[in-house]
Amino acid sequence: MSAKVRIPTPLRKLTNDEELIEVNATTVGDVIGELQNRFPGIKERLLDESGAVRRFVNVYVNEEDIRFLQNKDTKLKDGDEISIIPAIAGG
Amino acid sequence: MKALKCRECGREYPLAATHVCEFDFGPLEVVYDYPTIKKSLTRAAIESRPQTMWRYRELLPVAEGPTVGVEVGFTPLIKADRLAKALGIRELWVKNDAVNYPTLSFKDRVVSVALSRARELGFKVVACASTGNLANSVAANAAAAGLKAYVFIPADLEQGKIVNSLIYGAQVIGIKGHYDEVNRLCAEIAGKYGWAFVNVNMRPYYAEGSKSMGYEIIEQLGWKVPKHTVICMASGSLLTKIHKSYQEVQKLGLVGETDYHIYGAQATGCSPISSAQKAGLDFFKPVKPNTIAKSLAIGTPADGFYALKVMKETHGAAEDVTDDEIRDAIKLLAETEGIFAETAGGVTVGVAKKLIASGKIPAKDSAVLCITGNGLKTLDAVTGHCGQPREIRPSLREFESLLAAENPSLVNA
Repeated sequence: MSAKVRIPTPLRKLTNDEELIEVNATTVGDVIGELQNRFPGIKERLLDESGAVRRFVNVYVNEEDIRFLQNKDTKLKDGDEISIIPAIAGG
Repeated sequence: MKALKCRECGREYPLAATHVCEFDFGPLEVVYDYPTIKKSLTRAAIESRPQTMWRYRELLPVAEGPTVGVEVGFTPLIKADRLAKALGIRELWVKNDAVNYPTLSFKDRVVSVALSRARELGFKVVACASTGNLANSVAANAAAAGLKAYVFIPADLEQGKIVNSLIYGAQVIGIKGHYDEVNRLCAEIAGKYGWAFVNVNMRPYYAEGSKSMGYEIIEQLGWKVPKHTVICMASGSLLTKIHKSYQEVQKLGLVGETDYHIYGAQATGCSPISSAQKAGLDFFKPVKPNTIAKSLAIGTPADGFYALKVMKETHGAAEDVTDDEIRDAIKLLAETEGIFAETAGGVTVGVAKKLIASGKIPAKDSAVLCITGNGLKTLDAVTGHCGQPREIRPSLREFESLLAAENPSLVNA
């Protein structure tokens, strides 16, 4: 599936300042795998030692928090938009 | 102010408009030079200064002193004897930020710091994601400072909160979604536009402003840390910062070391933090909010982890109340103390009532309740729940027949 990932400012040094990355993946977990292949080092920024999404990282598929979907197992379809956003904001 | 530092991994960053660690996305916090501050910040020095939040300026993160919101803070701390009796506790104090200047909520504290710092960093456009009170405060303080303001709110907010932002000429953007969606959008906009988002890229400075509420409580109690403090939680930031203020004041030797307990209050319809605390967890599960306490309706609270940690470390607790309990508590505070709080205040009072009744706050002790916003802004929440005026013609006879029916002992025969 072809999806687009929006990269937040703190990670753009790893993506050569690219903000929107096109990936081919079937789940959110696959997306992170593909990002790691293309931009080594990005995985450890997103996942903790146990492989779970870090507690201050929020991931959204088409504006829905993946914690309300199936977390890293959330399935993707063609044209989906994935946003990675720092959790610390607001309030 | 020395630097910004990640609360998770300790990496340090320059004092710029940035809020998360590049490595693990942990929140950045301002680092102070406490030994130097300790030399000059004495009780006498503080007491000699004007009665505003800026009397504690060494502990607030601006380089050159405030230029926005110079008059904010030092709101009344009321000894609430009638409410104490109603709740069954020996002594009770109400810290009343419902009358904070200029927009009647504690948010004027954080905005004063954020906009003063934004000016120092050269910003011309300021913005925020808000459940209402923050939008009001950014709009008003930006207007007074001649800054352009964009405020982003959930489109279904109370009318009072919407008008209270529009009136100052701010650009008000209603988002069709709940606050967490507004917040996500603002994080994206902040990443793309070079604006000072007070609670996004300016958050390390902004959040520190809340500490002033804690310093004031201590000074107004006669330089004493209260044993029990009840604080409402949206993101959980205010609770963590009041805790920090209590710690700092002890560290600086302004008061002696003392035990205290911090309690968090939420609405049952949006209780990710209180549910986690009651279940003994140190992490929370995000929720989709559904409560009349819209100012607290944050389903993914940014400081939820830290709020849970504070309550655990201080042997405090959390509790939550239903919409009906919130309305009853707003009425109780109004009828006993003459203070009309917004829904968040109803949450705080309602939760205090439960904590006292369950013995978590012992009846023999003294407690402080933090009231953070004004009821005039959330009239929708209580309209139809506090009675109706009786209409009569301008006739003494009609008045006396009404009085005889309702309160015969008052009739002057």
